[in-house]
Amino acid sequence: MPSQTLEQILEGRRSQPHQLIEVLQDVQASHGYISEEAMQVVSQGLGVPIMEVYRVASFYTAFRLKPSGKNVLTMCMGTACHVRGARLLLDQATGQLGVGPREVTPDGLFSVDHVNCLGACALGPIVTENGTYHHHMTPGKLRKLINTLSLQKAEVQ
Amino acid sequence: MPRLNSFRELEHLRESLRGQRHVITTTVMVCGGTGCQASQSRAVIDAVKDELSTQGLSQSVRLCITGCHGFCEQGPVMIIEPGNIFYCHVSPGDAFEIVSQTVVRGEVIERLLYTDPVSGEKIQTESEIPFYHSQDRQVLSQNLMVDPCSIEDYIAVGGYSALTKALYNNMAPEDIIGEIKSSGLRGRGGGGFPTGRKWSECREAPGDEKYVICNADEGDPGAYMDRCVLEGNPHLVLEGMMIGAWAIGAGKGYVYVRNEYPLAVEHSRLAVEQARELGLLGDNILGSPFSFDVDIARGGGAFVCGESTALMASIEGKVGEPRAKDVHTVVDGLYHKPTTLNNVETWANVPSIILNGSSWFAAKGSEGSKGTKILALTGRIKNTGLVEVAMGTPISTVIFDIGGGAIDGNKIKAVQTGGPSGGCLPLDKFDLPVDFDVLYEAGSMVGSGGMVVMDESSCMVDVAKYFLTFLQDESCGKCLPCRVGIDRMLEVITDITEGRGRPEQIDLLEELAETVSQTALCGLGKTAPNPVLSTLRYFRSEYEAHISEKKCPAGVCKALITYWIDPDKCPGCGVCIQGCAHQAITGGKQQVHVIDNQLCQKCGICRSECKFDAIQII
Repeated sequence: MPSQTLEQILEGRRSQPHQLIEVLQDVQASHGYISEEAMQVVSQGLGVPIMEVYRVASFYTAFRLKPSGKNVLTMCMGTACHVRGARLLLDQATGQLGVGPREVTPDGLFSVDHVNCLGACALGPIVTENGTYHHHMTPGKLRKLINTLSLQKAEVQ
Repeated sequence: MPRLNSFRELEHLRESLRGQRHVITTTVMVCGGTGCQASQSRAVIDAVKDELSTQGLSQSVRLCITGCHGFCEQGPVMIIEPGNIFYCHVSPGDAFEIVSQTVVRGEVIERLLYTDPVSGEKIQTESEIPFYHSQDRQVLSQNLMVDPCSIEDYIAVGGYSALTKALYNNMAPEDIIGEIKSSGLRGRGGGGFPTGRKWSECREAPGDEKYVICNADEGDPGAYMDRCVLEGNPHLVLEGMMIGAWAIGAGKGYVYVRNEYPLAVEHSRLAVEQARELGLLGDNILGSPFSFDVDIARGGGAFVCGESTALMASIEGKVGEPRAKDVHTVVDGLYHKPTTLNNVETWANVPSIILNGSSWFAAKGSEGSKGTKILALTGRIKNTGLVEVAMGTPISTVIFDIGGGAIDGNKIKAVQTGGPSGGCLPLDKFDLPVDFDVLYEAGSMVGSGGMVVMDESSCMVDVAKYFLTFLQDESCGKCLPCRVGIDRMLEVITDITEGRGRPEQIDLLEELAETVSQTALCGLGKTAPNPVLSTLRYFRSEYEAHISEKKCPAGVCKALITYWIDPDKCPGCGVCIQGCAHQAITGGKQQVHVIDNQLCQKCGICRSECKFDAIQII
């Protein structure tokens, strides 16, 4: 369930076009992604044409237009992580799960994402799993993490 | 707390806060920055808090959850005063011992002390650790004194007294700008533009409505000093902005912060609320004629928004595309009003300049670059973390004395400075100082202060490819040279790293790079070819090895390498066989294992699991 409804997010911000990015950030934070319906409500609420809402939502990498998997694995691709082998980690995750970056596995359990830098460069390479940091990652450790997460989900089901 | 209506009321509050702290005998400072939180410092903080209350010490011992201490590699880190005792890699299980031995009896726990990787000796205090010893921490040291979530802490250590000096000590706005000008402060975000000049141009620009903005977008991968300062000491940044706003004549400010930095967003929001409550933001601040307020605007994760005009478009809720700067943003900026945009670290330097005077600031640094600079020292070295040194310090001091030199017995060969707009400098340029102008001359730049160290295991062609991939992804697409030029350069460099390179492609790369740097619209586009140009300038032989010998000397480019097990080192333990997801490794127990290169995907798992360093790349 979203923690805030679109109405609540728009409260006090109606007819203020400059609030667009802030509103979209909040929509994403509580709904997990920005749906077409949400864009329409935001467009009407702020008085911004729907085309402009879509343009902004698709321009910034922070916004996703599709729901993500239950476990979001985010690889930090910053320079410091890169020279310590971040590329191998991305290959490992996409290879093991059989999906590309920013895609969701067919069972909806995982999505693989990458960001430019998480700002924890001294501890790289960094992988976050639903916001929890895993530092000094190796392809082997990542493989075990993915296996553990898959098992947990299987047990729940 | 009640609103403060005058300078005197602020001083009263400061006195009473200091009085309340007289009962405190010991302070335990635990780092709560992003780096240490990634190493579970929250659990350590909770454990210490519980232990203090169990032992009835909550009143006399102050537990201060500070911002980043800079030495993230050793996290979670803790300092206990008095004694300046430094503990690293602390775990929640250590809380009982720390409280009952160190806090109560002042005894040092040997096991938690830092071990110097060079001498192997245990070091007791923070100031003796080589990583800290050679630094000059003017801004970062202030992180240790305050809990970023407490305005009381900031006021107790003397916070907002630079603001009162500016407002009450007959410092006219022109005097403030004069101080900043003569301090020689230059923008810490990358450009190195003289801050005082920016302020005076903005002050002189026509119009009553003006803005100040703090750029905390920090899009450079490999740099995180702005995150650390904003997250660790948000009031320092706010105070700098207030002084700037007073000097320029701005009534409204924005902190534009990356949404990927949740702690920085949270702490800066809280700081603004606290300052509003005390009347340090709002109408007639401290009873003076100065009125000013700040809002927090969250970025959308676009590198191009580090560019001033794109950032301002983003605050307006628009797509972050730069515009041609025929009229500068100090005249025509946010909502077409005169706007001063400075980076977090620049704002954070302002209060000390006002308090201590411009000559104090200008006494540090080199001819053209004054003061200190925070650097994010990362990559293939022993001590990684945030480092603050006087401008003009040689790169070698930073990398070898503070950074402790290479890891895994490798040899350091380059340092990348300045992020995607900067370049790679080879070992023989390490005597160059950290100086805006000198590094620019050498084909790189100080930039925001990222310093990623590379050794023999880093392929410089791959590094150039990495930055091009980054920039291709981040190019906003508005102007053709950047959009298409980066694409083409990436195509060529991909050919080279995948074994399809031809000798004439090096010239083509150079031509493309020159064209993009001369014709792109914004500063980021113009500097986008720097990683390619600087690696071509200093590491051409690596490009040639990829092209003519079809070899990657560093063993990085997958198409040009093979994995191989060294029979002299392999004890036949079977770990790699179990680890390999592609069934590419065979061999019986205690027999030398063999990799089938037809099956091997070069994923690197076996290499990361092997304890005997037997798996080699050739």
